[in-house]
Amino acid sequence: MNVFVQQVINGIHVGSIYALIALGYTMVYGIVRLINFAHGDILMMGAYFGLFSITIFNLPFGAAIIVAMLVCAVFGMLIDIIAYKPLRNAPRISALITALGVSLFLENLFRVLFGAEPKKMPNVSSLQGHISIGVIKISYVTVLTVLLSIIFMVGLQFIVKKTKIGKAMRSVSEDKEAARLMGVNVNKTISITFALGSALGALGGVLYSVAYYQVEPYMGMMPGLKAFVAAVLGGIGIIPGAMLGGFVMGLVESLSIGYISQSWSNAIVFGILILVLLFKPAGILGKNVREKV
Amino acid sequence: MKKWQEYGTTLIGIILLYIFLIVLMAVGLVNGYHQGVLVLIGINVIAATSLNLATGYLGQLALGHAGFMAIGAYTAALFMQMIKVINLPVDIALVAALIVGGLMAAFFGVIIGIPALRLRGDYLGIVTLGFGEIIKNAIFNLDFTGGARGYRGYLGSINLTKMYIIVAIVLTVLFLLIRSRHGRAMISIKEDEIAAEAVGVPTTFYKIFGFATSAFFAGIAGGTLAFYQKMIDPKKFTFMYSVEIFIIVVLGGMGSITGTVVAAVILGVLNEFLHVIDQWRLVIYSILLVIMMIFRPEGLMGSKEFSFVGLVKWLLKKMNKSSVGDDKDSASLEVK
Repeated sequence: MNVFVQQVINGIHVGSIYALIALGYTMVYGIVRLINFAHGDILMMGAYFGLFSITIFNLPFGAAIIVAMLVCAVFGMLIDIIAYKPLRNAPRISALITALGVSLFLENLFRVLFGAEPKKMPNVSSLQGHISIGVIKISYVTVLTVLLSIIFMVGLQFIVKKTKIGKAMRSVSEDKEAARLMGVNVNKTISITFALGSALGALGGVLYSVAYYQVEPYMGMMPGLKAFVAAVLGGIGIIPGAMLGGFVMGLVESLSIGYISQSWSNAIVFGILILVLLFKPAGILGKNVREKV
Repeated sequence: MKKWQEYGTTLIGIILLYIFLIVLMAVGLVNGYHQGVLVLIGINVIAATSLNLATGYLGQLALGHAGFMAIGAYTAALFMQMIKVINLPVDIALVAALIVGGLMAAFFGVIIGIPALRLRGDYLGIVTLGFGEIIKNAIFNLDFTGGARGYRGYLGSINLTKMYIIVAIVLTVLFLLIRSRHGRAMISIKEDEIAAEAVGVPTTFYKIFGFATSAFFAGIAGGTLAFYQKMIDPKKFTFMYSVEIFIIVVLGGMGSITGTVVAAVILGVLNEFLHVIDQWRLVIYSILLVIMMIFRPEGLMGSKEFSFVGLVKWLLKKMNKSSVGDDKDSASLEVK
């Protein structure tokens, strides 16, 4: 039982990180119908910027998170403007290949600039220690991760549902042309979507690197993929779906590590993706949409 | 020209190209090291043209080609080990092992393709990517694959001549497939899936068929890689390798087999020179990929093909009216 509870806590910890990353995928997919392969690398960049703010600029942990999020938001917008914007009306496969190219570029650029060997994330002194409830231990890192992700998810939900820019985002994802006719600045809205998604991805990256203590150029690949699976699981394009998918994904992963095998957990995660696509391709919260000619 | 004349011309062209290679070897311009490079280029040619079938002709983004190559490699190697007792002639055993490896990869292609290809959209890319990871995971964890140390057992051997023959056969089969009714059905799916379905093309069948065929040849490429290197290193079959093959396809032109061959040769030769700046290599490739997509999304050759028949026709035309100056259409690039 203790093992089970401990694994569930781990699952919620990882799951909240996946949920944060999955939000970026789902928002971008919802608005420009593009699987942003580079999103996993935004996570990696976020981790690097967080690391540098702590080690080089001696910023406190909170400020490091904010710096990472801001810088990544800018990079997210830049990626959109440089690489994706010229291809807005191109075939989807071209945009996908571009996304793949951007992802490769970021990974290898960071490898060349900062070396392939993993860098160690310093221990944040205020995050050492844990809360004990009976025999179950919950570390401060877990508490912080879950709290931060819930705060930001609620914040995002608020932005999307209640503000003007959120309304613009929803209208663009519904129908780009109609939104333009209604006076919505489509390109600006898309840029803001990228910025928001990238900021959340950077937050996920910093939290991920704090949980696993290391930062390396290819670190974004696996969590990025799993977060994408989470987004598909919850129903791609649906924001609450991405959160739900992220938590489900984290739980499945940590339970399979606890009860089946560590080395097979990745295979199980992708096995789930294939099963979801077979039985409920629109995802848990998704509705089946008829394709119009 | 009549059909048999065209086939004959192509055959002669292939043989001439081979003789050219032999002469280069005899003169000493192509030494043992270069031959190794050429064999590896040949393997990339098979892998990339098979991926082109799925991506360029069928229009489906597939990112797990290294996974299929791994399946082909291990199956071929294990099969070779199994039939060792029968004492078949080496070359027959080799061909049998390659085909078995390809069939196994095709089988997995069907299993992966059925859930992913029923859907429209970009799911196949992600599913194949995940599938590649599963395969890598499995190879590292299973016993009979030798785990992370790699597989070392009795393996056949491949030299440049055998490689050339295999490449020629694979390309011929792919060409015949693409020019057939089935090939046209696949291209129609790429052009407009809904329209294809409306005129009665069984789209799901052709998507799975095309994807499995692509996996089959990827398996053969994996088998040749295993036989050439005399061992299998599981660390080779990563996502990065899938992407490198994909870059070859994009560079050569999605929808051009010969374009893929040209791109594989160019990148293979370029790799030799870029060894010095190895770590910048992938940075350059990725920038190339993005720039290519923005400015020339159709690749080097688009959907045009180079053909020996076209070349001969062009030469004949040149000879007939050598006096006419304005004959500048590049007929050697025969437009489909």
